Amino acid sequence: MCRFFAILIAVFSLGGITTGYGRTATPDWNDVVSAAEGQTVYWHAWGGDENVNRYVAWVADQVRDQYSITLRHVRVGNISETVTLLVAEKAGGRTQDGRIDLLWLNGENFAALKSADLLYGPFTHQLPYFAYVDILNKPTTLVDFTLPTDGLEAPWGMAQIVFFADTAHVKNLPRSLTDLKTWAEKNPGRFTYPAPPDFTGTTFLKQALMDLVADRAPLYKPVTDVDFERLSAPLWAFLDSLHPTLWRSGKIFPANYPALRQLMNDGSVDVAFSFNPAEVTSAISRRLLPSTVRPFVFSGGTIGNSHFVAIPQTASAKEGALVVANFLLSPIAQARKADPHVWGDPTVLDVQKLDADSAALFQDLAHGDTMPSPEDLRRVIAEPHPSWTERLEEEWQRRYQR
Amino acid sequence: MPSIQKTLCLDGVSLTLGLRRLIGPLTLKVGEGEIVTVMGPSGSGKSALLNFICGTLESAFEASGEVVLNGRRLNLLAVEQRRVGILFQNDLLFPHMSVGENLMFGLPANVQGRHERHLRVDQALMEAGLEGFAARNPATLSGGQRARVALMRVLLSEPEALLLDEPFGALDTSLRAQFRSFVFDHARQRGLPTLLVTHDHEDAAASNGQVIDLLQNQSETKA
Amino acid sequence: MGSISPLRTGARRWLRLFPPVTVALFLAPIAAGLMGTVLPSFGYLPGSGSAPLTLTPWRDFFNAPGVESALLATMVTGVGATVLSVLIAVAVSASWHGTRAVSSLRKWLAPLLAAPHAAFAMGFAFLLAPSGWLVRTISPWATGWDRPPDFIFVQDPNGIALLIALVCKEIFFLLLMIWAALGQVKADRLLDIARTLGYRPVSAWCKVVLPLIYPQIRLPVYAVLAYSLSVVDMAIILGPTAPPTLSVLILTWFQDPAPAMRFQGAAGAVFLLMCVFLTIAMWRAAECLGAKATRDWLTSGARRFADTAVRWISGGAMIAILAVTVGALSTLVLWSITNVWRFPDFVPSSFSLEVWQDIWPRLRESIVITSIVAMVSASIAIVVTLGCLENEQWNGKPTGRRSLTLLYLPLVVPQISFLFGLQIMFVMMNMDGTWSAVIWGHLIFVLPYTFLVLSDPYRALDSRYARAASSLGASPLRLFWRIRAPLLLGAITISFSVGFAVSVTQYLATLFPSVGRLPTLTTEAVISVSGGDRRVAAIYGLTQLALPLLVFGAAMMVSIRRARQFAGSK
Repeated sequence: MCRFFAILIAVFSLGGITTGYGRTATPDWNDVVSAAEGQTVYWHAWGGDENVNRYVAWVADQVRDQYSITLRHVRVGNISETVTLLVAEKAGGRTQDGRIDLLWLNGENFAALKSADLLYGPFTHQLPYFAYVDILNKPTTLVDFTLPTDGLEAPWGMAQIVFFADTAHVKNLPRSLTDLKTWAEKNPGRFTYPAPPDFTGTTFLKQALMDLVADRAPLYKPVTDVDFERLSAPLWAFLDSLHPTLWRSGKIFPANYPALRQLMNDGSVDVAFSFNPAEVTSAISRRLLPSTVRPFVFSGGTIGNSHFVAIPQTASAKEGALVVANFLLSPIAQARKADPHVWGDPTVLDVQKLDADSAALFQDLAHGDTMPSPEDLRRVIAEPHPSWTERLEEEWQRRYQR
Repeated sequence: MPSIQKTLCLDGVSLTLGLRRLIGPLTLKVGEGEIVTVMGPSGSGKSALLNFICGTLESAFEASGEVVLNGRRLNLLAVEQRRVGILFQNDLLFPHMSVGENLMFGLPANVQGRHERHLRVDQALMEAGLEGFAARNPATLSGGQRARVALMRVLLSEPEALLLDEPFGALDTSLRAQFRSFVFDHARQRGLPTLLVTHDHEDAAASNGQVIDLLQNQSETKA
Repeated sequence: MGSISPLRTGARRWLRLFPPVTVALFLAPIAAGLMGTVLPSFGYLPGSGSAPLTLTPWRDFFNAPGVESALLATMVTGVGATVLSVLIAVAVSASWHGTRAVSSLRKWLAPLLAAPHAAFAMGFAFLLAPSGWLVRTISPWATGWDRPPDFIFVQDPNGIALLIALVCKEIFFLLLMIWAALGQVKADRLLDIARTLGYRPVSAWCKVVLPLIYPQIRLPVYAVLAYSLSVVDMAIILGPTAPPTLSVLILTWFQDPAPAMRFQGAAGAVFLLMCVFLTIAMWRAAECLGAKATRDWLTSGARRFADTAVRWISGGAMIAILAVTVGALSTLVLWSITNVWRFPDFVPSSFSLEVWQDIWPRLRESIVITSIVAMVSASIAIVVTLGCLENEQWNGKPTGRRSLTLLYLPLVVPQISFLFGLQIMFVMMNMDGTWSAVIWGHLIFVLPYTFLVLSDPYRALDSRYARAASSLGASPLRLFWRIRAPLLLGAITISFSVGFAVSVTQYLATLFPSVGRLPTLTTEAVISVSGGDRRVAAIYGLTQLALPLLVFGAAMMVSIRRARQFAGSK
């Protein structure tokens, strides 16, 4: 499989016209802003969540008023569909005047586009607000699933696994993997996780693996360089004994996170988890979770990552896309995104670096008992090397998809 | 002499379509081997009368009165239980079956064995003057030939009465007389009470029996 | 049947253009689409220069975890659903022929046909899941369940739920096609004859009508078979998950960002295509065997065939299907106005129109876009269909008829793979992201259906009318407008609405050609399903149902009025 990956990269690089790299001199930001004026930016972003859609609509209003940019939210069900469209553009021989100007992505989708040389950039150094990104304490803003972003994608928000339980039925929150398993054994059928290769489901596998191995260092190396069998053995042993205690006895799994949340809302399960720390707050307010649900994080920390926006090499409105990417990093946009009543994604910025007025935006954010505590969110475990994703998914399917 | 048992009796039969009364009340008796003719222009409801007797009357019509065949009251019986054979103006042979298969379709299941069934079909074809036609596709037959096959199919099903719904209308004049006597002969030969509807006076004349004219709504007997 | 003597050669020449133009307009994208699947399955991506052909994607595909179980689940659900829906449709048509029940079902066919698969699947899941409506009706008072019971029905590993849902959905399409065919074989008259010969209704229907109409419903049956084998949207919602059916498994590979997975997905798609062809071939063989085996039975003289049992079983099955369908669609109405609805409440504990208000601006936009695309593509499809059929009349049958059967290809090719190649073609023509690309993309899937629905009534139309008129000196165009169009008005409107409904339900065929720029009700519905809010999904499901329903309702009215006029004038 890897060979084919390599062939594809080679094929793409042959035909690739490096518009982005070709520019030696960085144009002045003011030139970018004035060139962006009047442009229409087509932004491909997952549109399954009304909070997200409302936030993007707000961004569109802002950039229209401030920069005279028309921002169109192209809602997709899965950003990999956009990756497919970009691959089709490439296969059709297109090098410019593409139909996609900006896309929301991370992890594997970024890896695929980066290795196929389909992304414009590096561009992040051009963005004035990029200077405020907390690259020191939030290393995932520069390293996406251990893959260096190389300035090809601008960080947009932080995400971390947060568990939650319905306190009407769960008295003592299981704050570690072992506790969770003990709880599941006592309460059969009340916990489950989405079926990998769904990314939330795969993340649960990674979380469990991180907690089960003695030494995490090998997990940050390509999976081909280590003894996968030996390293992953504790995970499969753990799952083998966990599955009989799961919802539907682990014979079937919810398809994705929304399906898992639906199960919790129906009262079918009592413990679940999401990648958005503000999920409980926002889902309760939208009646998508019972009001008795409370979040918690493993005391040993949970897996966290960042998500980004990137600009395709074929984008027609590159300047407009740059301006939008920059606006997304602005304190006002970041603070709004971090507001649990709007979206609730932790900011990628270093609030200490901001001026007082901007920093104040972040102080006012709500922190009720439906939000995990800031200490909880500080215990972040970085994503393993992306090659682990595919291998874990494959092995999981081989073992449990029979 | 027709016995009391072998008769088709209509008792006070009337048919209405909407508010229009088409027929009746009509009372008549068709004895064994007897051919009664009902005359009337198109739209007079004569076909509907036959449909009423054999049970295929469209729901738009309203009907009352009794039909008794060989002592059995037909009104409440399902179509297939009435044992009333009907021959239409258009022969309507089943296009997906050969001539022989069409005939065999009429043959009751109690005629068992491949050989026996084929024998009966061949016999019927011979009677109809169509020897060797068993394997033919009905579409390749002439109108007169098809009409004869249709009649034989009805007769093979061993009905207790025969209804003829202008069966000669589609044939040209020379064939018509020939087929008419073919039908009448077979009906008489089997002693079937037969009811013919037509608008053609020649048909009525040839039947040699009672004629009921729906226009005059009265019956007359020809000598 | 001979063709009509030509009068105006000019018109004839124009008509002659229809088959080749149709073939060019539709076969080119189909060919491009197929290339875009077959080549990557050998490790080659079109447009990116030369790469060594290899069998690795195929090896990867056959070694992929869960492929055998996925194939098994696909076959069980696909073939099972087709067999069951054909059996029930035939049994219902045979044992309830001419009854009032059937004529009222016929009137209500429109909403049942118009219901989009995904919307129906959503309602079905909510009706029958352990936390669903059915369990809520009897909980907790009868069952003692105050939490949803932990049993598997929806998404069961054997795909039974998917199979049943497919039957519920496909049976109405089959009934429509059967009833359309009945009118063309003088079924009522033939049945009367068989019954006066002593045959009971079911055996009469099976021996006399079925053999005559089967050739006409054969293609629809194959379409149902192919659809059931490659269905994606319903399978995601109702099908097994670990592993899913083959089509869903392939889709997840295509959605995997790793390029190698796409090659593997392409191999899977070609494999699925071959499975579909093979299954159709086996079905055809079974038809021949069945016809041979029952040949003697046709003429055995046996006049009864489990009439009572068939009548009650098929009647019961039909009532169950109707109940499930109505129940499933009703849950959508309730969910769309729900604020909170938790287990085991029988109805929502609080209602709200907030979600409607929230998404109304987007909803309105997608209603407009969906209507325009569906109207235009269905209209073009009708014109093209009629053009090809007229050409058949005037220039003789063989012209293009054989190649036109290729138009049915999109019915059996799994969409996900096929559309990738098509997208490359659109990019090369710099057409992607335009209305024309979306309409063209839709036409590929709309045309086979309009052709399917319209060609039989058209070909069955008594050509004596036309011959009589043309002998009076009428031009082909005049003939068409004055004679054929009025006679076919019912069939044309039904065919139009089927085309409209097909266009409304296109997901990938909208998303790809429009590059996401033209959000339709279906793209929005699929995206909302990915968001997991039942209320939003229900709203999109409902509007997705309402739009084709309006068109269908209008068509049904036209066709019923037409039928009455002609019946009255007899």
